[in-house]
Amino acid sequence: MTLNKVWVYAEANGDKVTTATLELLTKAREIASTVEAVYAGGHADAVAAQVGEYGATTLHAIDAQGGMPGQVAAAAIAQLAHSEAPDAILFVQSYDGRDAIARLSVKLDRPVLTNGFSLSVDGGQLTFGTAIFGGATLVDCTLSSDAPHLIAVRPKSFAAESAGGGAAAVTNHGSIDAGRAGEAKVLEVFEEEQSGPKLEEAEIVVSGGRGIGAQESYKPLVEELAKQLKGAFGASRAIVDAGWVPYALQVGQTGKTVKPKVYIALGISGATQHLVGMKNSDNIIAVNKDGEAPIFGVADLGIVGDVHKVVPALKDAIAAKG
Amino acid sequence: MNVVVCVKQIPDPSVPGQLEADHTLDRSAKPILDESDSYGVEMALQLVDAAGGGEVTLISLAPNGEVSGLRTALAMGAAKAVLVSDEACSGTDALGTAKVLAKCVERVGNADLVLAATESSDGYTGTVPAQMAELLGWPALTFAKKVEIADGKVKIQRQTEAGYDVVEASLPALVSVTAGVVEPRYPSFKGIMAAKSKPVDQVTAADLGLEGQVGWAGARQAISNVEQAPARQAGEKFEDDGTGAEKIVAFLENLKVI
Ligand SMILES: Cc1cc2nc3c(=O)[nH]c(=O)nc-3n(C[C@H](O)[C@H](O)[C@H](O)COP(=O)(O)OP(=O)(O)OC[C@H]3O[C@@H](n4cnc5c(N)ncnc54)[C@H](O)[C@@H]3O)c2cc1C
Ligand SMILES: Nc1ncnc2c1ncn2[C@@H]1O[C@H](COP(=O)(O)O)[C@@H](O)[C@H]1O
Repeated sequence: MTLNKVWVYAEANGDKVTTATLELLTKAREIASTVEAVYAGGHADAVAAQVGEYGATTLHAIDAQGGMPGQVAAAAIAQLAHSEAPDAILFVQSYDGRDAIARLSVKLDRPVLTNGFSLSVDGGQLTFGTAIFGGATLVDCTLSSDAPHLIAVRPKSFAAESAGGGAAAVTNHGSIDAGRAGEAKVLEVFEEEQSGPKLEEAEIVVSGGRGIGAQESYKPLVEELAKQLKGAFGASRAIVDAGWVPYALQVGQTGKTVKPKVYIALGISGATQHLVGMKNSDNIIAVNKDGEAPIFGVADLGIVGDVHKVVPALKDAIAAKG
Repeated sequence: MNVVVCVKQIPDPSVPGQLEADHTLDRSAKPILDESDSYGVEMALQLVDAAGGGEVTLISLAPNGEVSGLRTALAMGAAKAVLVSDEACSGTDALGTAKVLAKCVERVGNADLVLAATESSDGYTGTVPAQMAELLGWPALTFAKKVEIADGKVKIQRQTEAGYDVVEASLPALVSVTAGVVEPRYPSFKGIMAAKSKPVDQVTAADLGLEGQVGWAGARQAISNVEQAPARQAGEKFEDDGTGAEKIVAFLENLKVI
């Protein structure tokens, strides 16, 4: 027996729904007979077309009122949840998803389950799987609180598959008073130039760690190799904290989860908090000068060597192939 | 300007984590100040300094009357602390934690700003700060990588996927900060000595009026299974004798990605 109705809190960049949202919609189809999306932001019609394709029949559109979408959305979702009675509301474990689930949990007085990576329903009972200790231990939980259950799931936990559906019907709920939560206004938006595929969507990801030695080495060793391979570039937290690269590039527990066809780790030791963000990649290649580095424990191909020797030779060899 | 900082005291992360038989965290390792919160403490000290007056108060929920992490933050320069330590709080989830901490903010009384980390190192639900803000009825400015206070307002740079947003709200407000926003200071010897006599107000859930709302019962969830994650098989490993790059090329060609 599946659930009756599941909502997905949808997120979009501009008019493009995030892949992580589509992953949740795909999962929601499997566990519920009716899937609907709730959304705070612009381009509602474009969003409705995409969430509809992935199985949502209705898009509940909320006016974000110039605030952070998740902070404002919660007030509206709480009102709607009373009248529409969803069994569960799924959120992406993202910036806005966390804001929304957090505020909603207080409004509805429900616990939150976060960092999920599996979800199943058996006999109407929802089971939620998460990983603790940096992914080393898997834990399944069930909830004894009343519906709606509030659940946040890490990106890349499920594959996104189109249901071939038409656009979701848009129900506009306008601007609902979010109280002082709505007082925080977004004054300006800065987007850094981004070229090439996104970290979470690239087939190939090349990441650099402290072993690259210096900030100046990131571009020639990591960025250029990634570009040659038409992939994306990432980083360990060590070099994000050191200020060598922006946080948006961080892979791991507190960064992004990636699952490319090939992950290339350059000068990364392989701490559990890094592994949790990349160990489900199809293939892993590691270059590290320490033969005992834990990264070799998950690498399909490990090269014990100096990144300053191996990577330039690799770039030349790939260039020679044209 | 008065700033309240959430300070989580966590089992030393260099000791591998374990669950007890009742599925609570093994807390036998000596707790330390969560590194994630050291940025909030530093930020608070700098903001109070810049404002030219006021004080920094720490709030923490921790078992067994633990104060070692609080002492570290007091040694950095915070004035005082509220510690909630109570058997009744064992098994408290994120929402219960937020309820406790929001009550602590009210107990402190005169906060213009509450700082927390984006996520804790051991729990990393990343929801406690916004839950607190909702309980307090305040705006929450989350994922801040830069924080400024002026004219009764707080303005932050909020980390986003593609860059950052500038977000502003009037005080009082809650801000959650990411790692690396500021460089946490090392406590001086004088600071460490002074911290020993700084006041720590120890309270229970009942003192805060939260009886029955915290602990396992409040969490309303049950753990149905615990197991080790399957280990990924390691593949081949070679010493680079000058052919490392060739081996990678062959591997990539085999996958038809080049
Ligand atoms: C709560 C928490 C959350 C965290 N979240 C994350 C996260 O999301 N992502 C993350 O990455 N980390 C995270 N960390 C940090 C993590 O524990 C490690 O500290 C971090 O991943 C280490 O980064 P690194 O491998 O680049 O650096 P190091 O551990 O310093 O490793 C550098 C490696 O480079 C090798 N090396 C040095 N010189 C060379 C050379 N010339 N050629 C080749 N190899 C060389 C060394 O042998 C070493 O193995 C988290 C930690 C905590 C406590
Ligand atoms: N027990 C606690 N005591 C004090 N602060 C806490 C506690 N739990 C969470 N916090 C604060 O909330 C942040 C986010 O925690 P979490 O939601 O667990 O990821 C932490 O980094 C702290 O700043």
